Amino acid sequence: MDAQTIIAKRIARELRSGMLVNLGIGIPTLVANYVPDGVGVFFQSENGLIGTGPIPEEGMTHPTLTDAGGQPVSALPGAATFDSAMSFALIRGGHLDMTVLGGLQVDARGRLANWMIPGKMVPGMGGAMDLVSGAKRVIVAMQHTAKGKPKIVKECALPLTSVRCVDLVVTELAVIGFPGGRATLLETAPGVSVAQVMEATEAPLIKSEKIEEMRL
Amino acid sequence: MKTISIESAAAMIPDGASLMIGGFMGVGTPERMIDELVRQHKGKLAVIANDTALPGRGIGKLVAGGFLKKVVASHIGLNPDTQKQMIAGKIAVDLIPQGTLIERIRAGGSGLGGILTPTGVGTVVEEGKRRIEIDGKSYLLETALRADFALVHAFLADYAGNLSYALTARNFNPVIAMAADTVIVTADHIVPVGVIAPDHVVTPAAVVDYLVANR
Repeated sequence: MDAQTIIAKRIARELRSGMLVNLGIGIPTLVANYVPDGVGVFFQSENGLIGTGPIPEEGMTHPTLTDAGGQPVSALPGAATFDSAMSFALIRGGHLDMTVLGGLQVDARGRLANWMIPGKMVPGMGGAMDLVSGAKRVIVAMQHTAKGKPKIVKECALPLTSVRCVDLVVTELAVIGFPGGRATLLETAPGVSVAQVMEATEAPLIKSEKIEEMRL
Repeated sequence: MKTISIESAAAMIPDGASLMIGGFMGVGTPERMIDELVRQHKGKLAVIANDTALPGRGIGKLVAGGFLKKVVASHIGLNPDTQKQMIAGKIAVDLIPQGTLIERIRAGGSGLGGILTPTGVGTVVEEGKRRIEIDGKSYLLETALRADFALVHAFLADYAGNLSYALTARNFNPVIAMAADTVIVTADHIVPVGVIAPDHVVTPAAVVDYLVANR
């Protein structure tokens, strides 16, 4: 199983029936492919849709039915569309149960940087700052390291997305939570040792009393 | 509300004007208006919109033609032209969190001086802004935004100027329709009054100044 699939499958296990969930671009989008049987969730696209469905078959797309990346999607029965003010009222107003976003760095307290690399990449924050500030639960989906360098660091060198701490970071190696504002190793991926996770992490990691194996 | 040709609509917009333009990654953007602004070679425009779309699409055409001096948006990441012109100092780009941008526009169209949002507290977005504590929680004071013109694209417009929108093409359109001195609308279909039921009107005709005739 490749890294992205491990991450997406593990995060999908956090979904519960009736949740309103926003998935970011990249690995987070893949979570929608692994919704557990019997669990019905509403996916929101921040461009103005609840009830986002899979990419339609060829010839069945419509130019006014798109996701937040502008790509064609379908709408499931019971879908609703609305303007951008409503969309972000849902996000900030305590109506969004979970958001899953990509990450560039997460610090030892669980603060996320995911929107710019000064001097290199300045795409704009889009909806990321509102999502992290406003969602009830924030999950970061990212590879554990980038070019061999840890992404879970003592302090973010990159500009923060929000000072609000995220709830969970899921990588291809581990699940890390932040109880009491301290990075804590909760689960390791099948075949991955605690030592391997420690080695690939810069932030000091507290070992949970019972570190479980990630169920996928 | 007046009906107007696309040529006359674009001719009303002077060089240097500020424009709010509907659309999200080019979906729901008044594409004909953009094409006509390009044809008439408008200069030094300031655009307030969610994003600058892609090269060759929507606002991307205004960027590529060098018609913009300023962009206020939440995301320019899918248009390398905007980033190049920003780095070269040709376009001043103001990046704003999407939820803050749309609420600032909503405030501008609603007679409010601004809004208080927790988004951006403690980040670079806070620089130069007032932080206000309410019941122990921190918020940023974000001021209202308005423009000279709103360029709106609807799915249906009736002869009176009532508007409804299609699916995800709604996005910024009904919000900007409230926040500009002059509101110019293009629509996929122009239909008799009554085709849009009163309950289904999203933007009432009273806020529309010009409806661009279809060909």
